[in-house]
Amino acid sequence: MMSQIETIVTEVKKAQTTARNQVERALAKAEQITEYHALLSLTAERALQRADDIDLAIARGESVGKLAGVPFVVKDNYLAFGAPTTAASKMLENFDAPLQATVVEKLEAEGAICIGKSNLDAFAHGGSTENSYFGVTHNAIDESRVAGGSSGGSAVVTALDVVPFALGTDTGGSIRQPASFNGVYGIKPTYGTASRYGVVAMASSTDTMGCFAKSAEDVALVMSIMAGRDERDMTTLPDFFDSTVSAQPGRRIGVIKEMLDDGVDRDVVSVTRQYIDRLVAAGHSVTEVSMSIIKYALAMYYVIVPAEISSNLARYDGVRYGHRAENAKTLAELYGRSRSEGFVTENKRRIMVGSYVLSSGFFDAYYLQAQKARTLLIQAYNELFDQYDFLLTPTAPTPAFAIGENANDPVKMYLADAMTVPPSLAGLPAVNVPAGMSSNGLPIGVQIIGPAQSDAVILSLAGQLDQVDGGTR
Amino acid sequence: MTHLTFVVYLILRYNKETMSNITTDDVQYLAQLSSISVDPADVEALRQNLEDIVHYVEQLSELDTSGVEPTYQVTGLSNVWRADEVQTSSVTSEELLALATDEVDHQVRVPQVL
Repeated sequence: MMSQIETIVTEVKKAQTTARNQVERALAKAEQITEYHALLSLTAERALQRADDIDLAIARGESVGKLAGVPFVVKDNYLAFGAPTTAASKMLENFDAPLQATVVEKLEAEGAICIGKSNLDAFAHGGSTENSYFGVTHNAIDESRVAGGSSGGSAVVTALDVVPFALGTDTGGSIRQPASFNGVYGIKPTYGTASRYGVVAMASSTDTMGCFAKSAEDVALVMSIMAGRDERDMTTLPDFFDSTVSAQPGRRIGVIKEMLDDGVDRDVVSVTRQYIDRLVAAGHSVTEVSMSIIKYALAMYYVIVPAEISSNLARYDGVRYGHRAENAKTLAELYGRSRSEGFVTENKRRIMVGSYVLSSGFFDAYYLQAQKARTLLIQAYNELFDQYDFLLTPTAPTPAFAIGENANDPVKMYLADAMTVPPSLAGLPAVNVPAGMSSNGLPIGVQIIGPAQSDAVILSLAGQLDQVDGGTR
Repeated sequence: MTHLTFVVYLILRYNKETMSNITTDDVQYLAQLSSISVDPADVEALRQNLEDIVHYVEQLSELDTSGVEPTYQVTGLSNVWRADEVQTSSVTSEELLALATDEVDHQVRVPQVL
């Protein structure tokens, strides 16, 4: 059976539909779901022009790419033409990117068509998309709840079938957690899989570029195009992503028991246990394993990531681009007021925590200690991967929470990331797999984690399971 | 110093040594380090937030990391150089200057420095 994306590409190439039809359909659907506030802008004019170019090429018998005529959405921290790149901030509200992100260029070269840009927590700082300067995104299944974040808008447009895939960024869970909250697939690839060039930087040692889709197959197809070395991002790996790879039968899977303890929502635990049963029924062996250091991962993350944020966001000074405060008398006042006006509260918190943990007198106790603890975390993963092919945890400790529930308590909000940050700190690939529903009808996802560069095998494993029992959706 | 206030002083001092409390002065100092002007009305809320975050991450001190090397990045790569060749860019200096709010004669204008 062909995936959603393969079906569109096949029909566009055979002229059974047109790229223009696909783009018009996606734009019309986007207009129907404005109450979710998932999209910050549409790039309609440019998208329709590109669609016509592709349809013309097909009519002339010219070759078109692997994603010909497939509309998609990018999180609004990807530099892309056709609309401003705001990072959901006042700082970049009017920023018209002079270039496009490498991965956007790669997808366009294969004929995919960007139709709009999705909402996020400003500068991707958050786990609910409530920190957007332009307002909150609503969950696709229950509008009173958060979309998750920071890539909330891309998760919602995928869940509501606006587009067959959407791009997000994942630094500590920003793709996986909203994928879990909205019941779609989402991947945080191995660190270095796809270029970060042309994407607004958050924390350079864990920032990854990934995507959302309705099936594991489509995630793999899109990632296979995004992946690969980029001279403009020296941390990129040579292309290892083979979307045709197949997970072997009888895999050994370790379930991290610390991630199923008393603090985890009961429905999340029971859906995870049901998923384990499905893995066992499919012939895989599943064992509960202990990884005691994993409980410290969130504390490591909230030292290391604010430190990197404080450094990366120093560039926004109101001088060369971005928001500039009016009537500043001195340069120092210009910096201070431009940043104060351009950032949301959570941006300021993280920058200031970063300044704190990096400041003299505190550096060893916080920053250096966290980076040493990170080594211990990586060693613990390595030991487990000596014995197991994959590790499994829930993706988030709860289903989507209510809008406003955690808004004024940053630590409570950070706890929503507890299960997604450990693989991020180790650079490991991890995929959210929609696994079931809570008793009140909210999606719950499980996270499959593999050794570095096993991304396509994880997706194959999840996809095989959906084909065995038809999935859960 | 009365006996009671001395005991209170010792308790506060002990707490300060085990848990790093953030003062409003600390907030002003961090704001200065971060080049962010903070509205006086926001200082107390920020102070509480920062203190909660710092208290949360202090659990890392429980871990024995003696003899452990830090991991600053996970690729294992070091000093990756590109070929020393001039590269063309699709972006012109005019396009970049157009992004600045205050551009005069092909330069970006800022207020006085001192």
